[in-house]
Amino acid sequence: MRFFTKFGEYILMLKGMFTRPENTKIYWKELMHQCVEFGIGSLPIVVIISLFLGAVTTVQTAYQLVSPLVTKETIAVIVRDSIILELSPTVVSIVLAGVIGSKIASELGNMRVSEQIDALEIMGINTKAYLILPKIIAALLMIPCLITLSAALGIWGGRTAADLSGIVSSDIFDIGLRQNFSPFNVFFALTKAYTFAFVISSVPAYYGYFVTGGALEIGRSSTTSVVVSCILILICDYALAALLL
Amino acid sequence: MIEVKNVKKSFGDKTILHDVSLVMDTGKCNLIIGSSGSGKTVLLKCMVGLFTPDQGNIIYDGKTMSALSVDEKKSLRQQIGMLFQGSALFDSMTVEKNIKFPLDMFTTLSHGEKMKKVDEVLARVNLQGANRKFPSEISGGMKKRVGIARSIVLNPQYLFCDEPNSGLDPQTSLVIDRLISDLTKEFNITTVVVTHDMNSVMEIGEHIFYMYQGLKQWEGNNKEIIYSKDEKLNEFIFASEFLQDAKQMRMIDDKKDEQAMVR
Repeated sequence: MRFFTKFGEYILMLKGMFTRPENTKIYWKELMHQCVEFGIGSLPIVVIISLFLGAVTTVQTAYQLVSPLVTKETIAVIVRDSIILELSPTVVSIVLAGVIGSKIASELGNMRVSEQIDALEIMGINTKAYLILPKIIAALLMIPCLITLSAALGIWGGRTAADLSGIVSSDIFDIGLRQNFSPFNVFFALTKAYTFAFVISSVPAYYGYFVTGGALEIGRSSTTSVVVSCILILICDYALAALLL
Repeated sequence: MIEVKNVKKSFGDKTILHDVSLVMDTGKCNLIIGSSGSGKTVLLKCMVGLFTPDQGNIIYDGKTMSALSVDEKKSLRQQIGMLFQGSALFDSMTVEKNIKFPLDMFTTLSHGEKMKKVDEVLARVNLQGANRKFPSEISGGMKKRVGIARSIVLNPQYLFCDEPNSGLDPQTSLVIDRLISDLTKEFNITTVVVTHDMNSVMEIGEHIFYMYQGLKQWEGNNKEIIYSKDEKLNEFIFASEFLQDAKQMRMIDDKKDEQAMVR
């Protein structure tokens, strides 16, 4: 029963975001601010994770493909497809759920507890539209970009690791990268990216916006929002794979 | 004028407000007093529309709040200024941006005009020079004054203050009280102050409502409150022995004055 109450509140929150903005210029400014926060703010962690993901995938794939019947280019094919199909969208999204999700939940939670949301409401501002919608749009714009960048960096990290450790030379790795490439995989990765971006932004926004209590509850709601987002990412990951592949 | 008509509010099975009716006068400081948990903040939040009453109406100069459309409600809210207990300033903005925010959102004034207006209200609350400071860099009293400046920048018709003196020393409290009172007279607005500070009651209480367990127990002004025969109100006002003694002394003095007048 509690699940349905919370789900109903979540749906009403999403519905409440769609009203005429009081001032389009201010909303646009807020959207740009959130894009910078999410995009530039998450860039270092995405770059580091992606490079190492690619490198580790290459080394571990080479370790498992010991049969003389399998060509060296196959390592590149496996790394490319693993990175595009699963590692970049899912692993990076789980990391972003921690980075962006906890930020959204704690920011909104703090605003709720310190009555800043009430102050905006009294001014006649639709707080759901002003505080939540720009965050969701910014996530929908920036997270797919971050995941695309992550896939490119992951593959490059894999190629560099293969070359540096002497597993596969760069020329052979490049040949493998071009073998049996399916553009559908990119479409699938982006579908996942948009779905996860919505989860990463809207779920923590719900937990932050409706927080009651004090500092302890803000921390608790932030943690819960990250846990719920991660579980939802994994459920959506399976559902999309079962539906689209 | 704000009318509160037969307002009831419950949370779960706990009733906070039982059929409360009040009339708040324009151009006066209307004080809602009462001990903690008496329902005064819930009543204030019902009045500004943060809570919806389970029953009854809030009427702003003839306009019933619950009967207004979404757009009408929005325009009414732009005529409301509110000072929160914790000031509720936006942490990420400077003092100047906090005050400019309602102007950015709801007016088409040029940047220069907005800055002029910001400087004007900052001067009105004696905070010239604090423009570039962040809320974390200013004292509690200054935060309250910035909160007041933000709430009056759109020239509101109604000003609500939720415990404006909480956490402030008596001297700063007096400054805030006088500021609220002066602004009420200057702009002829309807001011509603929720407090349990007796200094405020005596200083600015032109129209006082005493709340007890979710009901309006007593109504009067700061001249009448000391002589009230209401037992609950007296227990609230003269909570300490010192104040009880002070009341006795004052009554003796008044009696002497009366006898002197008869002679």
